[in-house]
Parts: sequence; C-alpha cells; structure tokens
Amino acid sequence: MLRLENVHKTFDPGTINEKHALTGIDLSLSEGDFVTVIGGNGAGKSTLLNAVAGLWPIDCGRIIIDGQDVTGLPDFKRAAFIGRVFQDPMTGTAASMQIEENLALAARRGKRRTLKWRITAKERKSFREKLKLLELGLEDRMSAKTGLLSGGQRQALTLLMATLIKPKLLLLDEHTAALDPKTAQKVLAATERIISEDGLTALMVTHNMRDAILHGNRLIMMNEGNIILDIRGEQKRGLTVEDLLHKFEEISGEQFASDKAILG
Amino acid sequence: MGEYFASLSLAGLTGRIPAGIAQGIIWGIMALGVYITYRLLDIADLSVDGTFSTGAAVTVMLILAGHNPWLAMTAAFFAGLLAGVVTGLLHTMLGIPPILSGILTQYALYSVNLAIMGFKANTAISVDRYALVLSSRYVNSAILTGGILVLTIIALLYWYFGTEAGAALRATGCNAVMSKAQGININVCKVIGLSLSNGLVALSGGLFAQYSGFADVNSGRGAIVIGLAAVIIGEVAGEALLGKRLNFAMRLLFVVVGGIIYYLVYTLVLWLKLDSNLMKLFTAVIVAIFLAVPYLRKQSRSSFRLAARLARKGEKQDAQA
Ligand SMILES: Nc1ncnc2c1ncn2[C@@H]1O[C@H](COP(=O)(O)OP(=O)(O)O)[C@@H](O)[C@H]1O
Ligand SMILES: [Mg+2]
Repeated sequence: MLRLENVHKTFDPGTINEKHALTGIDLSLSEGDFVTVIGGNGAGKSTLLNAVAGLWPIDCGRIIIDGQDVTGLPDFKRAAFIGRVFQDPMTGTAASMQIEENLALAARRGKRRTLKWRITAKERKSFREKLKLLELGLEDRMSAKTGLLSGGQRQALTLLMATLIKPKLLLLDEHTAALDPKTAQKVLAATERIISEDGLTALMVTHNMRDAILHGNRLIMMNEGNIILDIRGEQKRGLTVEDLLHKFEEISGEQFASDKAILG
Repeated sequence: MGEYFASLSLAGLTGRIPAGIAQGIIWGIMALGVYITYRLLDIADLSVDGTFSTGAAVTVMLILAGHNPWLAMTAAFFAGLLAGVVTGLLHTMLGIPPILSGILTQYALYSVNLAIMGFKANTAISVDRYALVLSSRYVNSAILTGGILVLTIIALLYWYFGTEAGAALRATGCNAVMSKAQGININVCKVIGLSLSNGLVALSGGLFAQYSGFADVNSGRGAIVIGLAAVIIGEVAGEALLGKRLNFAMRLLFVVVGGIIYYLVYTLVLWLKLDSNLMKLFTAVIVAIFLAVPYLRKQSRSSFRLAARLARKGEKQDAQA
C-alpha cells in the first residue's frame, strides 16, 4: 500500500542549521498494516510522516502509494489518498466553522469542490450516526463551531474527518500526546476501532512504548533519521518495554533519551 | 458659541440623512469586498484603494463612450476581478507577503487608472446627459437602486459561501494546514477570494463615480480603512442587536449597515461644521480602537503588568503576616 525507497531529506542545506533528517528510508507497508512508530526526540518520526504527506519535496528517493508514484505531488493532491491527525488539536479542524461543516469538507477530500450546496441532508444523517459512535455527545451539537470543543473532542473529530472517506493511508503523529491520560485512552480506543473496522493501513507515531506494543501489527523504531528496528506479527506480540529499551541501546549504542517513553 | 449653535439647523441635518444612507450603501458594497479578504481569508488586502478608482474610471469612460451604464459596471467588476488576480498571483506564485502584494497592485493601478482616464486625474459625467444607474441628484431613487443591488449581492455571496467551493475558501482563511490536509488548493482559494473582493470594490467605485458625477484617480485613497471601519462597526452593531442570532447572512447585511452608520456619522460631522478633512483622522482612530479591543480585553485578563501587580500585592500580604 505504501512504499518508500531510499528517501532522503535535508533541512536548511548549506547553512549552520543543516539537518539530514531522513537518511535513506526504505519502508514497505502491506494493505491493512497498522504500524506504530517510536523513537527518541528528533529521531525523524514527524519528518517521515510529513514526507509521506508531501509537506515539502524530498531530496531523493521515491514514495509510492497503492502503486502510484506520488513523489512529485504536493500535499493537497496527496490528500486524496491520505488521512491525517496532528499532534496539536488546533490543527485538524477549522475553528470558526461548524462541526458538520468540517465533516462536509472532509467528505469531499480528493474530490472537486463544485457550486453544489456544501452539505446534504443525507450526509447530515450519516455524520450524526458516526459522531454517536465517538460517545462524546457531538451528535447533538453538529451546528456548534469546532472552536468551542475541547482538545479531546477536536482530536476525535479530526480522526473521524481523516477516515470519513476511507484513506489508502492514515497518518497519526502523536495525536494523543496533548491530551490528558483519560481522554487520550478514549481517542486511542476510537482510533483502534476505526482502523480495525475499516481495515485501514496506518502509521501511528507515539511516545508511549506501551501503546506502541499494544496497538498495531507492526512496530518500527527510528533513530537519527532511519529505521533501526522493524518487528511484526507474533514477535511483536511478545514484546515488553524492557525489550525495546534493550534493543534500542544495543543497536544505537545510546541510552533511550525520553523518560516519557519509559514512564508513559 | 451661541452663534455657532444658532447656525446649525436641525432641518439641515435631517435633510442630509438620505444622502448619507445612499453613500453608506455604495461604500457598503466596497466593505463587503473587504469583509471577504479581511474576515474570511484573514488577509488585509490594500489593492482595494486602487481598484475602487479603477472601477470608477472604467465605468465613467465606458459610459462616456456611449455604452450602457450597467454594461460599464459589469466591465468595472471584471477589471476589479483581474486586479485581484494580480494581487493573488503576486502572493501565491511569487511568495510576496499579502500586504506587500496589495500595495504593489495599488501602486501600479494608479498609473493604470490614469491611463484609463486618458491621463486626466478627474473626469466628470453628467446625469443630465447620460442615463446613470444612480446619482446624488436623485437621492431617494439612488437608495432604492443601491439597496436592491446590495441585497442581490448579499444573496449571491450567501449562496456562494454556502457551496462546496465557498466553504473551501472559508476553510482556507480559517486553517490553512487543515485545508491542505483535506485536499483544498489554498492558493487557488486565496486568488479567488482576492479576485471576488476586488471585483466588488470596483463595482462600488463605479457606483460612487456615477453618484458623485465624476471619476477621480484619488477617490479610492484610504478605501481600505473605510471598508474596515464599516466591517467593524457593522459587527459591533450586529452583535449588540442580534447576539447569537447573528448568522452569516446577517453578518453580510450588517457590513452594509456598518457602511451606512459610518456615512451617517460623516454627515453629522459635516453638519457640525467640523472640518471634513479631519474625518480621515477620526476614522483611523475609530478603526484602531476597535482593532485593539480584542487585544486589550485579553491583556486585562492576563498580562505581565497584571502579574507584577498581583505579585506585589502578595508580597505586601506576606510582609503583613
Ligand atoms: N521543517 C523543518 N525545518 C527544519 N528542521 C526540521 C524541520 N522539521 C524537522 N526538522 C528537524 O529534523 C529533525 C527530526 O525532527 P522530527 O521529525 O520532528 O523528530 P521527531 O522524531 O521528534 O518527530 C529534528 O532535528 C528537527 O529539528
Ligand atoms: Mg514529532
């Protein structure tokens, strides 16, 4: 479903801030793969997801989604294939627009936006059903502005928007990191449900090793702009946090930097 | 002093009110254009100062050349659309910040507008010789024609911003990252918004030229500030009168109401025999105050000065304890 071949990205080349953030990534996801991504701060996890989403052009290599080479497409064109949820709850929705308007915008991802009315009665009904499943009471507030919602509600809504049209690929970048633990678990549960119900292919970055082990059928660990560990299936199910820390030290020769990852 | 008050006649004021309303409606159309960029796209577009005069110049020259005034205004609208596209492309394709893009377009338009008017700064057009759409000579019918026109425009804008394409434009102004993630081409949306805005401003310029009986290359100077004033006054009035019921259609309507209020105040200033040249200063102060209100309100809740004051208070209490 997703293939990355020798993807490189250097930020601010030729300056004192030059940063080789992706150093020849090779990665291949099959349809239905749910991959959790871990790694220390600055390992390149967000950069990897941004490269796939097409925020900026990569320096060299190829990115292929479902057989189509998208290397030359900017983000808004790749959006036809990709659903995204961001770390910052403010990023995923338009605050001055209603919940149902946001959903209607998402329902037209990858389609031409015409002079037809922006939302239909049929859509409204289906939005209500889908909002109900989130169990946040949003189905009764569909005409409220999203700016009035809490961070958790916004993330849940963004998740729904990202998956309203089944994406070929779902990208989640620490989408529960800004939420309190209880809300984070709720949003994570919704994520798990939607991914498994729709059989989505997904990349989920998390700073929480336990979540990384618990969710998905595959786990990759990044360090210094590349993938240093790729564990799947049976092998992943037996993992413990200690195993992961051990493996990290073994391969990278460093201590795992983030306390949050161990304690979380 | 007594002499001054004696010289003011109430009849003189009431007699001038209709003219204030007519001008308010005409500038309200211009303010609707400003609303699109400033409120919906979150861009302060300064091209409007130029496109207002462009609209005036195109309308007057075409009417003088014997064309139908409505056709002339349509042409003015398209000239405005084109100017807006230029600003939009300067910003989106060449990466020039929106404010500077607008300033560049406005600056260039000064020459263009002069050229349209055959390098004369001012061209008169007489309602006696041409069947103008409206004129200050017939104020009541100007209010009627302008009113019907502005309501039609509001209806069209309400419809457009309710469509899929219009919603994408609103999303672009509200959250660009989210819009791109939802597959919206934000550059196209910005160009469309700027274009539509300047089209309306040029239309307003064309109406204003007919109303006042001449096109002047300087008639659009400071238009952005008047537009902003109308938008802001309208919002304050709308929120005060309608509160939560201030929906999108009402917001558009109240932009025009803001324009009318602005011109009624202007009328009052003239009636009080204050120097109308001071009106620009007055307008700028009003707009500055209203733009500052949200910031000041936030500061009153949380600021370093406030924190320092609270800290000093705590110190005093500690000392007393
Ligand atoms: N847009 C950018 N411009 C410059 N440097 C960037 C940019 N995005 C990321 N980087 C740098 O690339 C490295 C990897 O960052 P990132 O992918 O955000 O790490 P993380 O694994 O914590 O998500 C960091 O050194 C970061 O400073
Ligand atoms: Mg990150």
